[in-house]
Amino acid sequence: MIKVKRDARSLKDNLYIIEVLKGLAITFRHMFSNLLNLRKMPVIDYPNQEKGIPKGYRGKHRLTKRENGEPKCVACMMCATACPANCIHIEANESPDPTVEKYPARFDIDLLECVFCGMCVEACPVDAIRMDSGIYSIVDFNRSDFVVTKEQLLATEPQDTKKQKLDIKDPRNPWNRL
Amino acid sequence: MTIFEYTIVIIKVLFVVITALTFVPLMIWLERKGAAIIQDRIGPNRASIGFLRLAGLVHIVADSIKIFFKEDITPKFVNKFYYYLAPWIAGFVPFLTFAVIPFADKLVIGDKEIGMQVLDLDIGLLWFFAIVSLSVYSIVFAGWSSNSKYSLLGGIRASAQMLSYEIPMGLSVISLLMVFGTANLNEIVKAQGNLLFGILPNWGIFLQPISALIFIVCAFAETNRTPFDLAEGESEIVGGFHTEYSSMKFGLFFMGEYISIVVSSALITTLFLGGWQVPYFNTQALIDNYKILIQCSLIVASLIFILIGYKLYDHYEYHKNRWKDSRDKEGLIFSILSFITSIFFIIILFVFSNIEHPYWLPSLFATIAQIGIFLLKVSFICWLFVWVRWTLPRFRYDQLMNLGWKGLLPLALANIFVTGSLMLFLE
Repeated sequence: MIKVKRDARSLKDNLYIIEVLKGLAITFRHMFSNLLNLRKMPVIDYPNQEKGIPKGYRGKHRLTKRENGEPKCVACMMCATACPANCIHIEANESPDPTVEKYPARFDIDLLECVFCGMCVEACPVDAIRMDSGIYSIVDFNRSDFVVTKEQLLATEPQDTKKQKLDIKDPRNPWNRL
Repeated sequence: MTIFEYTIVIIKVLFVVITALTFVPLMIWLERKGAAIIQDRIGPNRASIGFLRLAGLVHIVADSIKIFFKEDITPKFVNKFYYYLAPWIAGFVPFLTFAVIPFADKLVIGDKEIGMQVLDLDIGLLWFFAIVSLSVYSIVFAGWSSNSKYSLLGGIRASAQMLSYEIPMGLSVISLLMVFGTANLNEIVKAQGNLLFGILPNWGIFLQPISALIFIVCAFAETNRTPFDLAEGESEIVGGFHTEYSSMKFGLFFMGEYISIVVSSALITTLFLGGWQVPYFNTQALIDNYKILIQCSLIVASLIFILIGYKLYDHYEYHKNRWKDSRDKEGLIFSILSFITSIFFIIILFVFSNIEHPYWLPSLFATIAQIGIFLLKVSFICWLFVWVRWTLPRFRYDQLMNLGWKGLLPLALANIFVTGSLMLFLE
């Protein structure tokens, strides 16, 4: 049997009262300094004020398009193969365009399965799938609504950098304190 | 008794009940907002009735509406009678203890005397202890009748804790009784009106610091508050004795907890912080200097409202486009209101200085000042409960029992002994 030796507590610790007062002093300091400058608290006013996100942030997926509006995807299945969560489901079809071999008739991503690892983006040989939409809060009412289709993925826009958001260098931005 | 006396008693009862009930939402607000500010957050600020947001107070209204209309589930396996009885005891017994707390000195108008407490008992302190121990029954009943292991374990824990801490609590008060020589709470407060060594007010906390410490620690344990809130433990016994309760039956437990905090604060104030005594001004001094005191307090109140108005206007300017609806205007409306109030106070000041005063004004002013200072002290102790909750972690159960039986009990006994010997030698 191994007996774990613990450090004996000193008399000061056993009296509790000094340590309790120290703890109270810490919380009081936080409260007092926060009351004096409420505006400098490290919080953002979330739904009204969004935080800016870093450049390489992996948000909701989107499919890129060719110049003629068709999806860049050639349905090579590389992303579906690379996906560790098996959340990408592709049905390939013969492309009407003679220069392109295949196109995806269906391209579904189950966002509830997705682990947002970015492997699909790495695997794609034609830069057809990206995760640069900047959408990090994905909310819906039904499980089935979380399966996004090809049309939805094509309609998703890349992150608008010009949109008014909290500066990434602002001390209140949580990303700045990572 | 005449009709006048009946009316006075009813008014006093209503005043006590309404004060206690008003403190409950304020305590919930203080708890949520205080926790937020201590933890570097903003806290609840979203719910609103029209433009009215009141810095999160509206959340309490939303919460209480929710708790009233939630589904009220009574499990099939419970013992119905005790199951229904427990929340009523928890919710309404603390009101009875409030009856003996004096709010102010006797109001003397002409030849009429009005005592400012519902029950002017010579055994006021004993009444408090007797009624407070009744609230153990709510926990025992709830824990046993729920017929579930979490409730039973939580009930046993909580009742053992409350019973063990009642002993040092009672003993700590004995040394205080030896100093003041009475158990009548109004007499105890009156004895705290003098000055100690000519500088300090003659409060219990200065006469009996160790007794005050023990009493405050035991009050935390009696009300089941952190660091002694072992009645519930999310990881091991879920909600403790109120696991099986839902809707307003849980709400009554919740309300009872906060009322007992307010009652404990009131008793701590009465015994150790001078009760209704305004420091350095006893009742006679308040009555004699009422004119200058009213003028000073009107000026101070007007300055405070100007400051509040300025701060609110500043807030309005800063958050002009925050919500993008009528809530944005709240700061402006309230800043204008507080500017108007401060002007109103100055007008009262001018009117007051230039008219003949009725004969009942000085004693009425003394009473109102005493009630105000009493509520201020109670609020401070309530804030202490919140402050400690967000500072200290929970005790382990053996540590709790060690502290109660091996720490506080001998300390209280030693305190009685030392107090007795000192009184004997100083005689």
